[in-house]
Amino acid sequence: MSKIGLIIKREYVQRVSKKSFLLLTFLTPVLFAALVFVPLWLSSIKGDEVKKIAVLDSVGKYAPLLQNTEEIEFVSADGDMESYRNDPDKEIYAFLSITGDLLQNPKAAVLYSQKQIPMSIKDKVASQLNEMLRDEKLASFNIPNLKNIIEESKVSCDLQTIKWEEDGSANTTSAEVASIAGFVLTFLIYMFIMIYGAMVMQGVMEEKTNRIMEVMVSSVRPFDLMMGKIIGIGMVGLTQVFLWAILTTVLLMGAMFLLGGDPAQTADMVAASQMNPAALPAGVGNPTALKLQEILNSIQITQLSINFVLYFIGGYLMYASLFAAIGSAVDQQEDSSQFMSPMMILMVFALYAGIYSVENPDGPLAFWCSLIPLTSPIVMMVRLPFDIPVWENLLSLVLLFGTAIACVWVSGKIYRVGILMYGKKPGVMEILRWINYKG
Amino acid sequence: MEYLLETQDVVKQYASHLALDKVSVQVPEGKIFGLLGPNGAGKTTLIRIINRITAPDSGEVFFDGHPSRPEDIYQIGYLPEERGLYKKMKVGEQAIYLAQLKGLSYKEARQRLQYWFEKFDIMPWWNKKLEELSKGMQQKVQFVITVIHAPKLLILDEPFSGFDPVNADRLKQEILELKEKGHTIIFSTHNMASVEEICDHIALINHSHVVLKGSVHEVRNQFKTHRYHIRIQTPDGNIPPLDGPLCSELSRVQDDGHIYNICIKKRPEASNSDLLRELCGRGEILSFSEEVPSMHDIFIQVVSNNPTNAE
Repeated sequence: MSKIGLIIKREYVQRVSKKSFLLLTFLTPVLFAALVFVPLWLSSIKGDEVKKIAVLDSVGKYAPLLQNTEEIEFVSADGDMESYRNDPDKEIYAFLSITGDLLQNPKAAVLYSQKQIPMSIKDKVASQLNEMLRDEKLASFNIPNLKNIIEESKVSCDLQTIKWEEDGSANTTSAEVASIAGFVLTFLIYMFIMIYGAMVMQGVMEEKTNRIMEVMVSSVRPFDLMMGKIIGIGMVGLTQVFLWAILTTVLLMGAMFLLGGDPAQTADMVAASQMNPAALPAGVGNPTALKLQEILNSIQITQLSINFVLYFIGGYLMYASLFAAIGSAVDQQEDSSQFMSPMMILMVFALYAGIYSVENPDGPLAFWCSLIPLTSPIVMMVRLPFDIPVWENLLSLVLLFGTAIACVWVSGKIYRVGILMYGKKPGVMEILRWINYKG
Repeated sequence: MEYLLETQDVVKQYASHLALDKVSVQVPEGKIFGLLGPNGAGKTTLIRIINRITAPDSGEVFFDGHPSRPEDIYQIGYLPEERGLYKKMKVGEQAIYLAQLKGLSYKEARQRLQYWFEKFDIMPWWNKKLEELSKGMQQKVQFVITVIHAPKLLILDEPFSGFDPVNADRLKQEILELKEKGHTIIFSTHNMASVEEICDHIALINHSHVVLKGSVHEVRNQFKTHRYHIRIQTPDGNIPPLDGPLCSELSRVQDDGHIYNICIKKRPEASNSDLLRELCGRGEILSFSEEVPSMHDIFIQVVSNNPTNAE
């Protein structure tokens, strides 16, 4: 095996076999899924207790119209409010007092209780009262069938957005889905570049402070050492992304199954629609499965995945090599912050540019930041789900990889000198001078 | 004499100072070569150039008869002064990894490592993480890693530091054994006693220049002072001053009774035999010894007589 291969292998195996990596990789999707599904599941559990509400209707026309629901039972009050207030058994959950005609005085209905009334109870009572009032009001107009006329006039339009493709076909798009996909991908790529770039820097500093550097460079070229580390750690990152993608898909399918969809059918449809959207059989599957299929179709998974990996590789190479150069130049963690801060500011700027680009994915901010290599890996993730022109995508990639290669070259020069420099913390000018040092 | 390694007029300039100025040293094959010099003289820079970690600005390095090539580093084992290995990595795994980087195959590295671990009786350490070992143990592991690929040239920078006397002696035997097997060793140290014990040749670098080089024997002869210590006894306790055509007396101390300890300086052209013959007539010679300077004295003398030319 070549030396760089040996180094890549060590970096990869050492990190992938760490417990923390395994935990993070396998637990994160589960945690994420739990974060989405547990609140959903919890909210779907209904309290089995029926709450009694005593009604004191001084007008007399409202109480008979109140209807019991699964949660609420209305009972007519036998006594005044004080007797309920002091009731030791607390059988009655709340006390509804209606003291006047609600059409004239909307504030005449009050709900009293010992405990804070939950939103859901308040809304249910209020909606029943509102319904009654509306019917009463409609009746007061004395127009026959007015209620039916109003019901019939309630039509709504489901506005679909369709984008014309170059090949003449039309594709259903969803701005919401694209925005969410953009957000998720932006955060993901930002996190990965940050975490794995910092890992490269840590690794270089570890080798330097451990003093193993001198042994290493007496066996391998410094450039091989640096590239081996960057590639090895980058592969760890890709492994994690890949495992997350698989796990998330499996969990999604599982969730779909639990929600009543047919995962096999969904998967088939997704596959079919990816290949040929037009050939999609209409009306197959249940609504949930169809919805999911529509979502997946509108964001073009394959194209996005390829782009994600390409931008990750380019952005990671660029930032990780700069991080490696920083790591080589300092020999204490504390000294690194001076060089780290500008990089962090750049990356955070890119993240914000990305977030604001969601609002206007074809605006000037989004356009320029997705072409400038230092921000493009992060910002482009926001724009990709909105289907940007191919030339922009290609130009941005070419610029990114060109810059990445230049960064690797410059960092290699700095690294070669930096790893053997101990003692005084070098200034930026001194580091730049190292680029011209003779090997 | 066959030289395994030779540097010719090697110059290395760092931003503000000249680390090496036309340094030429010759390291004979199969010998132990002492690379000496005060701190900051340029030894480490020279070692890095030999290791191809950095390149000289001018001058040339010859290894085994040819100009130094990248693949020569497979034939060099380097134990830096500042020791260091991966703390979190298991000892055996780490040693094999580093041996593979020096060009051994996995299988070969494993076999040789077994040999050395058994020899040093440290097999139980194989699966331990480096950080679990004591400092002395780590040093041993690092020594094994340095020699595992059986390099033609070994560069040991202060190899004895951090070892207790028992292990230091053990290490010395190992080094001499390696020399017996034909390995060439460059030995850099500040411990002049160990230089006298194990080095065949030395080069002394001071302020970026080689100021002294040659075999230990030659060097010490070169610094001969021609002083002799004589212990002499006479029946009457009376010895006239020993000044004459052969020598001049420097000092004398009278012991109990009729014994004198006399220090003389011999004239360079006179031989020891003549001197002895002359002395025999003066009384009973109890001892006669030449004062040969130790490497320690030579080191101090040379370094302090070489005023800085940098500042």
